[in-house]
Amino acid sequence: MKQFIAFWKDLNLSARIGLVIVSFFAFCAIFAPWLAPYGESEIVGDVWEPIGGEFFFGTDQIGRDLLSRLIFGARNTMALAIVSTTVSFTAGAVLGFIAATMGGRVDQVLSRLVDVVISIPTLIASLIVLSAVGTATSTLILVIGIIYAMPVFRIARAVAMDIEVMDYVEAARLRGEGLWWLMSREILPNAMTPLAAEFGLRFCFVFLLIASLSFLGLGLQPPLADWGAMVRGNADGIAWGFMHPLIPAACIAALTIGINLLIDRWVFKASGLRDDQ
Amino acid sequence: MSEILLDVKDLLIEADIDGEWKPIVNHLSMTLHRGEILGLIGESGAGKSTFGLTALGYTKPGCRIVSGSINLDGVELVGQSDAELREIRGNKVAYVAQSAAASFNPAHTLAEQFAESPVQHGKMKMAEARKRSIELFRQLDLPDPEHIGERYPHQVSGGQLQRAMTAMALGSDPDIIIFDEPTTALDVTTQIEVLGAIKEAVKARNVAAIYISHDLAVVAQMADRIMVLRYGNLIEEGNAREMLANPRETYTKKLLNVRTVRESRYDHDKEDIQLKIENITARYPGTSVDVLKDINVDIIKGKTVAVVGESGSGKSTLARVITGLLPPGQGSVKFHGRELTAELRDRPKKDLQSIQMIYQMADVAMNPRHKIKDIIGRPLEFYLGVKGKAREQRVLDLLQHIELPVEYGERYPAQLSGGEKQRVCIARALAAEPELIICDEVTSALDQLVAEGILDLLLNLQKELNVSYLFITHDLATVKAIADEIVVMYQGAVVEQGTKAEILTPPYQPYTELLLSSVPEMDPDWLDDLVDRRKRGEAPTAESISS
Repeated sequence: MKQFIAFWKDLNLSARIGLVIVSFFAFCAIFAPWLAPYGESEIVGDVWEPIGGEFFFGTDQIGRDLLSRLIFGARNTMALAIVSTTVSFTAGAVLGFIAATMGGRVDQVLSRLVDVVISIPTLIASLIVLSAVGTATSTLILVIGIIYAMPVFRIARAVAMDIEVMDYVEAARLRGEGLWWLMSREILPNAMTPLAAEFGLRFCFVFLLIASLSFLGLGLQPPLADWGAMVRGNADGIAWGFMHPLIPAACIAALTIGINLLIDRWVFKASGLRDDQ
Repeated sequence: MSEILLDVKDLLIEADIDGEWKPIVNHLSMTLHRGEILGLIGESGAGKSTFGLTALGYTKPGCRIVSGSINLDGVELVGQSDAELREIRGNKVAYVAQSAAASFNPAHTLAEQFAESPVQHGKMKMAEARKRSIELFRQLDLPDPEHIGERYPHQVSGGQLQRAMTAMALGSDPDIIIFDEPTTALDVTTQIEVLGAIKEAVKARNVAAIYISHDLAVVAQMADRIMVLRYGNLIEEGNAREMLANPRETYTKKLLNVRTVRESRYDHDKEDIQLKIENITARYPGTSVDVLKDINVDIIKGKTVAVVGESGSGKSTLARVITGLLPPGQGSVKFHGRELTAELRDRPKKDLQSIQMIYQMADVAMNPRHKIKDIIGRPLEFYLGVKGKAREQRVLDLLQHIELPVEYGERYPAQLSGGEKQRVCIARALAAEPELIICDEVTSALDQLVAEGILDLLLNLQKELNVSYLFITHDLATVKAIADEIVVMYQGAVVEQGTKAEILTPPYQPYTELLLSSVPEMDPDWLDDLVDRRKRGEAPTAESISS
């Protein structure tokens, strides 16, 4: 608790706001089954019942409780984003470090391959692949992971290249250390700050990509709740003057902003503290 | 005594260190008379630069003037606005920085940059400034003064750039010039030329100067009066000649005595050759110039071979060839009579273990994210398989060996001073239990007294462990202190090699003589004598060697 208070005191106002937003959504995601008043796909009322009536956020286009769907949606959307981002970082960083440490032909092959993949627009690439191989959750994770591994590869390689020329890496090479030691012990700890900052940003991108894919019908499949899909499902309501689609949209916006506020602080602290460490 | 130009009284400057204001210039005073050169000397952190720069009314970011007064020719600088200070800086006080290369704008020619300040201050027209630049370039002994101004900074050498910067400083006829370590980044032979040119120009124009340096021998050549500073306090102040002849404080005495020659009791014993470098020729991949030409060096067990040369002589490349970082084009490196494989990755662990390396910059030679105990402990584990408790114990032993407190094991490199970091690097090399340690300029980034400590440590370890050193350096004082044998390199080739006694006693090989004669001595007349002798052709110069 003491540590948390010290941590809290260290944050500025915007970071505190970010932390509150992110913890709020994380709390919802973790305790979804206990928090949600109704089931994820339970039809409880009429179509688009008004906000603030019997149901807090009203009901959606087929009469499910919107609040419950939002809470379950937080769980699905965030979990998917975290897993996909982790996949892309593991693949991107490992390959990027290998390219930088080994150099030469390995670097050339990997880098050119990434250049090719990165030249295809993200959304189009994922649309093509997902419509071809289907939209199972595991496929979704894999496709998003691979697509976002490309920019991560570039960043990891660039960061590692700078570290790679330092004398301490040369000293490790002279000692006879293998590739794994060079990557995990010499390069990774020194690349952590930029990579972690990138992780946060990338998480937002992945989050938005999933939302857009769901909006287009290629993301998480019904009846699983997902914020992006909820915006799409309720979109028709706008024409009738219902505010329902704006609520999941606001959740997406709020979480994205919250994460970015936190990252800003992290990057600021990390760059300022670098000399003290 | 002529009039007082600059009068600094009881100046207190504080710096923001980790959020706390701490004094870095502690109630210091100085006076500077017209035409006088004042030397400020001290180690890093002595506050000498901060104090010297106050003549500009300038403090570095993160510093503040708390109290005191700076009176420049009747004008009080403390409390002046930036605009007023700017006027004074351009006209009355000029500044020559340590790294001329970083101070020049690479996108403009020397003449354009020369003209910028006087033209902007409305002192001269462009054509006038041009004429004046030629005149000053000539005075500072730059080659082809009529046209050198048309060149860009990267088209002239480091020494020439430093002289061009001095010319620029003299351009607007200032009353005072501040020199902040102007020759520290230069080779010894280049340093002499720059020092000579600066001294002559300053004397001829009768400007006053503040000369900031960590090298007492250099200051001795330049200054009329010397102030010795340490931790922001004044240690000693006085006439240069009197102080050198008769230092009062122990700290000043220590600074004076750093350049000692140690005797080498040593007989050439061919039986015990440990490392034999044979006919090595090497070039970097993708280039067509040999950076090493037919090098032959023997290293004898338990002895120290010093490889001396200026930047670009190929001495560090030789280390890269021995360690396998740069496979040679021709020739071989033999270790105890057995040839070492050219490529690093093909070498067996045993060979890697036997040859260890210590780097110039200890800061970047250690991973900032590893603790000291892990930095020292890794070779133990990697080469010797020492783990757990035994490894911990051995790390503590090694820390004691290098005269550091045992609790340093828990620290990170950034929490150590420069000298302590270098000691940890030595411990890391020792941990592998090597037979040969390559020391690449290990003391050149350190203050003189700290460097002395490192050299003492290396010598003691050699006595105790019978390890050999290949000592790469540009500093002849270091060579005199530590070497048994000396190899002098120039432009990728060995010009002379032999035992210390052979190399350092006359008759000298001309390049060796140039190097030797270029090392500043504490004698205040040394520079003037040397410049005279070179003019008369009695001592070799850089030009006479290269032709």
